[in-house]
Amino acid sequence: MIEQNLSLLLVVLPLLAAPVTAILPQGKAPWLLTLITTWLCLILASWQLSLVTDGSVISYALGGWAPPWGIEYRIDAMNALVALLISGIAAITLPYALHTVEKEIPRHQLSLFYAVFLLCLVGLLGIAQTGDVFNLFVFLEISSLSSYVLIAMGEQRRALTAAFQYLIMGSIGATFLLIGIGLLFVETGTLNMLDLHERLQPIMHHRTVHTGFAFIVVGIALKLALFPLHLWLPNAYKYSPSAISVFLAATATKVAVYIMLRMVFTVFSTDFVRATPTDHIFLLLGVFGVILASIAAIYQTDMKRLLAYSSIAQISYMVLGMGLASALGVTATLVHVFNHALMKGALFMAAGALVYRVGSSQFKKLDGLGRHMPWTFAAIFIAGLSLIGIPGTAGFISKWYLVLAAIEHQSWLIALVILLGSLLTVVYMWKLVELLFFRPITDPALTVTEAPAWLLLPMWTLIIANIYFGINTELTVGVAETAVNLLGIAAIHE
Amino acid sequence: MIEVIIGHYNYWVVILLMMAGFYTVINRGNLIKKIAGLNIFQTSVFLLYISIGYINEGTMPIIAEGFDKYANPLPHVMILTAIVVGVSTIALGLALIVRIKDAYGTIEEDEIHDQDMSL
Repeated sequence: MIEQNLSLLLVVLPLLAAPVTAILPQGKAPWLLTLITTWLCLILASWQLSLVTDGSVISYALGGWAPPWGIEYRIDAMNALVALLISGIAAITLPYALHTVEKEIPRHQLSLFYAVFLLCLVGLLGIAQTGDVFNLFVFLEISSLSSYVLIAMGEQRRALTAAFQYLIMGSIGATFLLIGIGLLFVETGTLNMLDLHERLQPIMHHRTVHTGFAFIVVGIALKLALFPLHLWLPNAYKYSPSAISVFLAATATKVAVYIMLRMVFTVFSTDFVRATPTDHIFLLLGVFGVILASIAAIYQTDMKRLLAYSSIAQISYMVLGMGLASALGVTATLVHVFNHALMKGALFMAAGALVYRVGSSQFKKLDGLGRHMPWTFAAIFIAGLSLIGIPGTAGFISKWYLVLAAIEHQSWLIALVILLGSLLTVVYMWKLVELLFFRPITDPALTVTEAPAWLLLPMWTLIIANIYFGINTELTVGVAETAVNLLGIAAIHE
Repeated sequence: MIEVIIGHYNYWVVILLMMAGFYTVINRGNLIKKIAGLNIFQTSVFLLYISIGYINEGTMPIIAEGFDKYANPLPHVMILTAIVVGVSTIALGLALIVRIKDAYGTIEEDEIHDQDMSL
């Protein structure tokens, strides 16, 4: 019973929990219900992944309407991996949220805050589950609208302008996606992804199809903060409440990368990507993104903004993998989606812990804090190593696959850029380490103690995951390879 | 030539509205005008969907004697959903503007920028 409806339950469960959370009395009750919901989602998502790791596909017809007429939830290894990532990060963010949210959000808004958080989770999980492009648009807007609200709940007034800027850019992106979907519908009369793929094959050369593709790619590029469409991201991450920057940094842009993979490789095809300049555009923007965003990160004077620019650089790595348009490249992208969520989640948790203790993430407030908060500092250090890509950490695995893909593609420049990006990462992470550990404490009267265990435990769970997935790659690389096989990416022909 | 232009009358309106809305979003510094532009931009897409669902002399897809041309209702249903999304976006945008006005005392983008920079 549960197993047959697994794919839908994963979306319906948080959807039902959200309104209940909204009417619960203020206090710990909304948090507790959200915690239980996210952990149930995590269990369901793990179960779902265990059903598809062998390369099989679950097809769920919504409301009993047979696809391609009805909405189909089509779960393969890639969907299941992304769903696991989203629910896993949500489940681990919740214990972290308890204290930080109580400190940052007014008490009378707590139940609404958690209700919106659950809606955001619904949207993200829905995107991961659905096999219907219009349904995907609706879920994308559910998650985006709730993330605008969550960002606007930040303490400073600039959270409002950051949320507004994100709303404008995000809505333009979503409308572009809608135009693209409309144009594809004109040509094919279908919305089901697989059906679209088949019906598009004979008419790939039509100009309407090309126009639709361009609208879709630009629309999603806005959502995933692809350089140079990234302007909304730094402020949105900096001014949102700590728990929200953790959750959004680890999931929102990763889900957008997943949408891009689905649209480009499932709905269209590798041949289409190679026949049009798409792959070259991805490579070009990826190269500029890695270098320029990393350099921008070096010049930041605020830890959360530094991490946000670093996120843009890391997203550019994923785009590079897509641009290589080979099985190895897309595997690297998918593995990096997973691994980057682990490291950025941990880093934003550490930034949130510093904010929890000193009330700001600006560098001038952080001098020497690492010596007072050794566990937080150690977490930043290890997650930083993972971000750089030191062997033995998760970051190494994805960089390794990306370099292999670049070499296979015989693009030496790309391989060089990946290494250069890592060197720039060393520079900005060292800046943090130097600041937190080697600078004298500015105010000797300031007594800062280590962050509470509720903040440290989730942070260190992610750190341990970073090391675990750096050694055991069965889950990440294994599942990613299965997923890429199902995408049916043609081999590179010279 | 003339027939092509007149025959695609609603698509010209779509393009005009789309460009006008998009230009307003990018060019205007007033937040309310930005949201209005965004609304026009989204509305043009609604019109696009409605146009592609309609065929000349087509009726509702109900089988009845004397009618053999039916318009596709699916784009219209889809756009009902998209309208709901659009309305929520505009509502949220306006709510944010109210809060911005409370916090900054202005809804002009450059004045907000100046206030943020002067800190």
